[in-house]
Amino acid sequence: MTPLVEFRDVVFTYAAPARARARRFAFPSLAFSIDEGEIFGIIGPNSAGKTTLLRLLTRVLTPARGDILLDGRRVRELTRWQLAREVAVVPQEAPRPFPFTVEELVLMGRYPHAPRRFFEDAGDMAAAHEAMSATGTLALARLPLDQLSGGERQRALLARALAQGPRLLVLDEPTAHLDLRYQAETVELLRRVNRERHVGILLVSHDLNLASELCDRLLLLSEGEVVRVGTPLEVLEQTVLESVFGCRVTVDKNDTSGRPMVQVAWPSADRR
Amino acid sequence: MTLRSRLLVALAVLGAALVVVAGIALFVGSAALSPRAVARVLAGRAEAGSVESIVTLGLRLPRIAVAALAGGALAVAGVAFQGLTRNPLAEPSVLGISSGAAFGVVVAQIFGLGLTPLEALGVTAFAFAGALLAAAAVYLISAVPAGLSIQTLLLSGVIVGIFFSSAITVVISIVDFNRLGGVIHWLLGNLAPIPPASLAMFALLSLVGFVLIVGQARQLNVLALGEEAALQLGVDAERLKRRIFLGAALLTGTVVAFAGPIGFVGLIVPHMLRRVLGEDHRLLVPTALVAGGAFLLAADTIARNIVAPAELSVGVITAFCGAPFFIYLLRARGRAEA
Repeated sequence: MTPLVEFRDVVFTYAAPARARARRFAFPSLAFSIDEGEIFGIIGPNSAGKTTLLRLLTRVLTPARGDILLDGRRVRELTRWQLAREVAVVPQEAPRPFPFTVEELVLMGRYPHAPRRFFEDAGDMAAAHEAMSATGTLALARLPLDQLSGGERQRALLARALAQGPRLLVLDEPTAHLDLRYQAETVELLRRVNRERHVGILLVSHDLNLASELCDRLLLLSEGEVVRVGTPLEVLEQTVLESVFGCRVTVDKNDTSGRPMVQVAWPSADRR
Repeated sequence: MTLRSRLLVALAVLGAALVVVAGIALFVGSAALSPRAVARVLAGRAEAGSVESIVTLGLRLPRIAVAALAGGALAVAGVAFQGLTRNPLAEPSVLGISSGAAFGVVVAQIFGLGLTPLEALGVTAFAFAGALLAAAAVYLISAVPAGLSIQTLLLSGVIVGIFFSSAITVVISIVDFNRLGGVIHWLLGNLAPIPPASLAMFALLSLVGFVLIVGQARQLNVLALGEEAALQLGVDAERLKRRIFLGAALLTGTVVAFAGPIGFVGLIVPHMLRRVLGEDHRLLVPTALVAGGAFLLAADTIARNIVAPAELSVGVITAFCGAPFFIYLLRARGRAEA
């Protein structure tokens, strides 16, 4: 079976500014694949290359060598709108101020389906309506995004991505700006979308426990290299995490889900 | 109501307003013509060469056309620059782009280019080049890796505007004043009737600019999400930016060449439209063309009559409206970001 996404020995380097203090970031050679309908998480320390990986997949950046395949087709040979019909990105946040209404935002997700058309047609309206009802944002349709709470904004952005009708949803730190309740809602919503629509999910997150609970498989990235790929149980091992993140951690088991649960082993302050 | 019918209703209302304002502008003026005399000319029952015929058809009607075209073009350019920079304060005069175009026109006048259609095309080419130069300068000064910041953008616009204004002053000081004819009057933003053939050229160039921009209206909406998000939604961001940039610079250059550097129309009109119609550029771009025309025509009619028999420059009226408006928008935005 052809995987939905395949990275084949992808090599990429950011052009370093002449006197940059930061180290040049690079993928020496990256290879992995994501299956249809899978929830796949990418984890790793800061500057491991997580977001860069998403940008390569969505063709914001172009690899120096190697191929990125979407369902067997080379991503760089697709038009941008062909790619956007299959891969939809949910950003961390909408820009502020963002004066458009929720409905207008969601309809933007229909752009790749008819890039040359001036107005949306009935099909576009129906798809937007459906995406808003799936994310519980239908009642907010006429409100400007600027008036919504963090959780509502997140759901509106998700609705826009769903309106694209994608086979893969890409999320960059989906819960970074959300409090606990909205985090729980987001996880629930993503699970449902994955189950009911058979949409694959590619998730980048700092939150190891979120990734552990939600994902079928994880990829642990460190300084542009794949450390491990596998189920959360295979990847989230104490020794591996300690060497990658450079700090002491404890790995327990979540009693309800049976998934690994990672915590920083805080250096204690009171015992010297 | 669908977007299409909202656009049609808005265009119908604004079109009616434009016709009403044009009607008023046709009947009032410093020449003492009775409404009956004007009506006689319009009905084709006045003698060719009579005073009422010359004033109505030779002065007022062309001036109405110039005002409507210039206002429409400036308002569309304003919408375009605001969408491109994602900043509601961007506008040809605020960004110094009108000054760049004005410099181009002054240079063209040194070479003796006048108002015949072909020469007017030459003047517009100079104005367009000046507008592009100024826009590129503003962009290069304010573009930092983190993206366009609003304050930097406005500041570089002011600086570029001052630079080109000074350059104009230098040229005026050096060059024999007679060769620059009515340049001072023109620099204040003064609408004067122009010959029909040149008027047609004005309309054609404005149409090109408008088509470039309206064709990207839907993409311009998506750009509000940011450039990376726009790319990920299938928008060719480079082509979008290029077309908007060229279209808006062409509109600005054309207006400056044919009518002079009139400020703030591109700020006031789009903002009033946003209040009523929302943010969708597919509504804003076409309606700005009509509303801008009606607005500048109304301003010009006031300018012609408020100190009659003398005449104010229409640029003065728009600046008096525009400056407080700019301050209001700046403060409102400051509150929104706080």
